[in-house]
Amino acid sequence: MGLIEQIGQWFDERLQLAAPIREAAEHPVPRNTASWFYVFGSAALTVFLLQLVTGILLALIYVPSAGEAWRSLQSLNHDITLGWFIRAMHGWGSNFMIAIVLIHMVQVFLFGAYKFPRELTWIVGVFLLLMTLGMAFSGQVLRFDQDAYWGLGIGASIASRVPIVGPLTVKLMLGGPIIAGATLSRFFALHVFVIPGTLIALVGLHLLMVLKLGINEWPMPGRLVKRSTYTSEYHELTKRAGAPFVPYAIWKDLFFAGFILLAVAACALYFGPFGPTGQPDPTIIQTAPKPDYFFLWLYALLSLLPPSMETPALLIGPVLVIIGLLLLPFLSGEGEKSWCRRPIAVLTVLLIAITLGTFTHLAEFAPWSPHMNAWSGDPVPPQFLHSKTALERQGSLVFQVKQCRNCHSLGESGGQRGPALDNVAVRLTQDQLIRQVIQGGGNMPAYGKNLSPAETTALVAFLETLHPAEQAPARDYSRGVALGESPDTSSSMRSSTRP
Amino acid sequence: MPNENVLSRRGLFMKLGMLFNGVVATALAAPIVGFLLSSVTRGRANGYLSWVPLGRVNEFPEGETRLATFRNPNVMPTDGKTVDTACWVRHVQGDEFQVFAINCAHLGCPVRWFPQSGLFMCPCHGGAYYSDGARASGPPERGLFEYPYKVQDGLVTIQAGELPTPGAAIALLKDKPPCGAEKDLVSIESGKLSISSGTNALLERNKTWA
Repeated sequence: MGLIEQIGQWFDERLQLAAPIREAAEHPVPRNTASWFYVFGSAALTVFLLQLVTGILLALIYVPSAGEAWRSLQSLNHDITLGWFIRAMHGWGSNFMIAIVLIHMVQVFLFGAYKFPRELTWIVGVFLLLMTLGMAFSGQVLRFDQDAYWGLGIGASIASRVPIVGPLTVKLMLGGPIIAGATLSRFFALHVFVIPGTLIALVGLHLLMVLKLGINEWPMPGRLVKRSTYTSEYHELTKRAGAPFVPYAIWKDLFFAGFILLAVAACALYFGPFGPTGQPDPTIIQTAPKPDYFFLWLYALLSLLPPSMETPALLIGPVLVIIGLLLLPFLSGEGEKSWCRRPIAVLTVLLIAITLGTFTHLAEFAPWSPHMNAWSGDPVPPQFLHSKTALERQGSLVFQVKQCRNCHSLGESGGQRGPALDNVAVRLTQDQLIRQVIQGGGNMPAYGKNLSPAETTALVAFLETLHPAEQAPARDYSRGVALGESPDTSSSMRSSTRP
Repeated sequence: MPNENVLSRRGLFMKLGMLFNGVVATALAAPIVGFLLSSVTRGRANGYLSWVPLGRVNEFPEGETRLATFRNPNVMPTDGKTVDTACWVRHVQGDEFQVFAINCAHLGCPVRWFPQSGLFMCPCHGGAYYSDGARASGPPERGLFEYPYKVQDGLVTIQAGELPTPGAAIALLKDKPPCGAEKDLVSIESGKLSISSGTNALLERNKTWA
């Protein structure tokens, strides 16, 4: 007997773990579950372990104090050997973890794995998803920069809208009346102790149930789940026709886990760590806070919902989604598992993916935000100034000085909050332009108090020149009649521009 | 085999032991919950609000809106720069002012003032407000939050101390407000804890940006 074997035996006589571990490793699984579709759960666990390790490494340097956190991140990035790489691994690991958890969830949903007898495994999984998102948000707070500071303000503003207990919730969340030292400390406690502790416990429970109940078999169209017969059918698939998990299925998990770790490391090497952005100093107001990637869809939703619907949607929406996810295994705990015969399930996944994808894409360029520096920074394209009268050029100055450009683009530069004005004269007549500028409306502020009559005249004269050369500006027919002009003025202008 | 209906001596002790632990747990729960909720219970008693001076009246030209900063009345040693807050001061005329919170009434992002167009614009979700703080466009459901202010001895003072949010706009002192300019402030500079009081010391910290 070799020395190593002897040492192993010495430990096992005392621990008595070898037999149960061997039993767990070699438990039979249905043969067709040794598939590349079944690797996402173990990949999520792998990235979670990576997060634990890199998180502990970061905690060696990071200072969870509102006065010091930002500087300690700077020294991680710049002073400590390879500090930037560990930060980058942790940041990219977080993105990968959310992505893999979501893919795992979609796979489990489409393969009907939440059905009898794995309802509780799914429910624990829903809480694992919520914990993962909680880790992502609290982690963004620990990167204590401007985005973190104002992100907390957004969180507080949302929490404050809960009826009756809202204001109390805000103080509980912030640890005081404002975003300050106590806020960072409690998010540190959440991110480092509370949520990871719960995550470890729930992951253990989740894995235990996968072992006890067995991995979900590959769904066959037409093979329906019935509570009375499922257990014996599954027994047939595993005990008679199954294969031991180790090594029959595990090699794919191992390869995929290694590949994911390499991918995280590659992203960390190539793209580097996330931030921190500017200092968390609330007196620096020249900032445009944005959430991290996986909350961008929410950022878009908050801009696009009608104001009256926002609070109900914010407060009721998440509750409904969570209740729906928790109830899913009870609403369809039996029946068809295969995605081939569950069109509504497939459509639901597609609809949610397209919706979240669209919102995320919109949030990347945020067309609803005014471009704060467009009025002073973006030049008026020369084609809009060429051969224009002094009055019209004066109007273009008014257009810039009054910050119209912050919300309206010209020549594809400027804000996108309002419509692009390159062809506005085709859409609105002179009277309509004056009315729109002075009274506002349709989500545009009224400028009546901030424009002198001379400025309005110049501005509208400029706006009236904004039309394609071959298309005449919109014109109020009755005005021509009232002024005794020939009704053909506009059409003669159109013909004059033709060669 | 003991009769299940008869409580054995050890069974009684076990139940008494559980009861004992229950009593101890309840007794310990009180300070734990009290500690956890301390940030809420103190707020309910208005412990966070104070009068804070922003600057002298002549630092805010009539008819203009200027950015001012003030230090939050409650300072903890680990707060860093987070206790310094900005606000917009609009001097209407004479002793008439409007002091707007920097936080957008939609979701709290910092609004910026554009004097040329007379608008406050929010960089996050595109909320806009007129010069008097009224909602102009975008997602906010209301106008900008306004701090209560008073002008005393040529000094503009506001009642501040809590983050204004849509659910709890601006908190007001319930009782007779103390004259905040005299309130002691603890500050930590170059590692030394110092307690300063009086208007001038406060004004030094709450520099106004012209």
